Amino acid sequence: MKRKLLTGNAAAAWGARLARTDYVPAFPITPQTEIIETIANWVDNGEMDARMVTLDSEHSMITAAGAAATTGVRVFTATSSQGLLYGMEMLYTVAGWRAPFVLVNVSRGLATPITLEPDHNDILAARDSGFLQIHCATCQEVLDSILIAFRLGEDERVRLPVIVNLDGFYLSFTREPVEIPDAEAAGRFVSSYDAGNIPFRASAPVSQAVAAIGGTAYSYFRYETHLAAQNALSVYEEVAGEFTRRFGRTHDAVETYRSDEAEYVFVMIGSFATKAKEAVDRLREAGWSIGLVRPRLLRPFPEEQIRRVLTGKKGIAVIDQNLSMGKGGVLYMELASALHGQANVPPLVSFIGGLGGRDITPEEFYEMASVTRTAAETEEIPPPRLLYTKGEIREVRKLQAIAHAERLELEPEK
Amino acid sequence: MTDSVYHIGTQDLPLTNRVNQIPEKAVEEYYTSGHRTCQGCESALIMRLMAKAAGPRTIILGSTGCMYVANTTYYSTPWVVPWMHTQLGSAGSAATGTAAALRALMRKGKMKEEPINVIAFCGDGGGVDMGVSSISAALMHTQYNLLIICYDNESYANTDIQISGSSPWGANTTFTPPGKKIRIMYKNWKKNIAALYAVGHTKCNYVATGDASYPADLIDKVRKGLKEPGPAFIHTFDPCPKGWDYDPFYSHKLGELAVESGLFPLWEMTNGELTYTGVSARHVYGGRSRKPVREYLETQGRFHHFIEEDYQYFQSEVEKMWTDWAMPGVIPFKLGADPSKKK
Repeated sequence: MKRKLLTGNAAAAWGARLARTDYVPAFPITPQTEIIETIANWVDNGEMDARMVTLDSEHSMITAAGAAATTGVRVFTATSSQGLLYGMEMLYTVAGWRAPFVLVNVSRGLATPITLEPDHNDILAARDSGFLQIHCATCQEVLDSILIAFRLGEDERVRLPVIVNLDGFYLSFTREPVEIPDAEAAGRFVSSYDAGNIPFRASAPVSQAVAAIGGTAYSYFRYETHLAAQNALSVYEEVAGEFTRRFGRTHDAVETYRSDEAEYVFVMIGSFATKAKEAVDRLREAGWSIGLVRPRLLRPFPEEQIRRVLTGKKGIAVIDQNLSMGKGGVLYMELASALHGQANVPPLVSFIGGLGGRDITPEEFYEMASVTRTAAETEEIPPPRLLYTKGEIREVRKLQAIAHAERLELEPEK
Repeated sequence: MTDSVYHIGTQDLPLTNRVNQIPEKAVEEYYTSGHRTCQGCESALIMRLMAKAAGPRTIILGSTGCMYVANTTYYSTPWVVPWMHTQLGSAGSAATGTAAALRALMRKGKMKEEPINVIAFCGDGGGVDMGVSSISAALMHTQYNLLIICYDNESYANTDIQISGSSPWGANTTFTPPGKKIRIMYKNWKKNIAALYAVGHTKCNYVATGDASYPADLIDKVRKGLKEPGPAFIHTFDPCPKGWDYDPFYSHKLGELAVESGLFPLWEMTNGELTYTGVSARHVYGGRSRKPVREYLETQGRFHHFIEEDYQYFQSEVEKMWTDWAMPGVIPFKLGADPSKKK
């Protein structure tokens, strides 16, 4: 074991290396590319015994990944944003193939307009694909989660591909001290990949992924995949528990921070949750009874844990770094459905923030706490609210004024 | 790169040359009963000949199209080799991923080293339109032995016959019905797909065209494609009774007429050398003249709205393929004059 300063991308590459990946189909996209560049260097210098192939698109990359995993090798790949969406058809397809492999998504906001910076609309678009999803908040978590993800996805009770998600820029390009497990120890933990009962081998004539016309067989296979994804809840507990015993680090499906005795709770996913932790500490100093709940596992959704840690609270501030057009925050909807019908459900207050890499400041966390407390006390829940400052709106108004003036100049008669 | 060091080799299956010389062992069928393709379906015959040619040590991937849905619907299958579906635009990448995985398993000693055929097939939708990018990538990676077969029935036949990039000029499809105002709705000339792949991938060792009406020629081309190291591509011409609107009795005849009229020349490019095969060889190298394309067109309902000038236009375009192209039906341009000598 050694301790090194690593970016989130380098930590992801280390995860793939320590998992003894055989095959890495790739396609470049910012801000994920550094992961594959790191692996390419290792492969060409003989430090990683894998093959790396650049394909023509993410659609092809995910196809090749699924086909290779079905044939029986351990596969790692990575993408971001538009790339994940370009491969969307194949995300659903290879999950149905029950091809286990690990795909790292480095979250980045979606077009239009285009941006390079993070939010979670890309990864949440893959929410219903059959891929399991692990969301990371630190570089250490990225490395550890990849090792856990291979074990989880390859488990015979699960056999599904897994996305490990990290935020672009805030995690992908941020260096943090990361403990790199000993290669032998990591190898023992992930063990070797067994393609299991899907023998894609010459002279073993089995037709796979055939059409299922008429709803009966189709429903059966789809529901089987759903049950497999649900199995991943208990398998995750086992695998993460074993990880803790071997490496001493704990990665619960739902992370809680000072929330056990708290009256109010922030709920969010991803690296911005570390900002929430800081805000919790400050608010505690100011006398607040407040904590943080951060689901790491989003698929399968750890409903039981979520209910356990959130029921009985006075108020919940749900912070979504995504926007479902015409509805609101996706995490908010997930929580609302998990808590619906339970006893002692606290009011949920929805906030949309951090879109396209926009920061969420400590003051905004304080404000969200305050709005949530008012909502709880008055029993009047405000509609979803976009975090946006007066300064920002002034900035936009200025740009609009310039655009207006230029338009008048171009079309003076109107 | 260490990658080029590790070679698996390819299967060297005997060539047949003539139908009556197909070796006894090859009579074994690997595409058998269990499919629901139409009567007279030449694409199904391509599947059968392809599987017969490749033999038992073969893995096949099939992208979305007729040869997916009509063949493999839960729980029936005609395949006596392992088969898996992949999506419409991803025949090339499914083959690449499978070949790469077999190679990794053998290289790491997890599987006995032996040449295993990896074949991915796609229709014209998957091979001429949507999947071009994925097939192009597969043909670039010379370290993987694989064969991609595009069975071309000149339409999106699985979705009720819509125009594709491989449909012929003037064809009546559900997206290009001849009307009172516009008789010829579709005015594009068929995409020259095999040549596109052959010319664009200069390290690809084998590209060919085939036709189920010439089974020995086709079997040999499949075997040559599998034998040549690296990726290979074969484009087949498949008359389709439903899509082309003719009696299934004429499938074989139409396959012949397309070649005999020079509309779809048979050729193969092996290691940088292109040769015409069968009847097309006689057209190019001498010995036989081309038939007019009229009989081919008149046999099919999809051209029934043609009037005299349409037949003449169609024939004139075929003539251009043979007189104006540098290589008939392959290279659609010629070397121009030296610009410094132009006046």
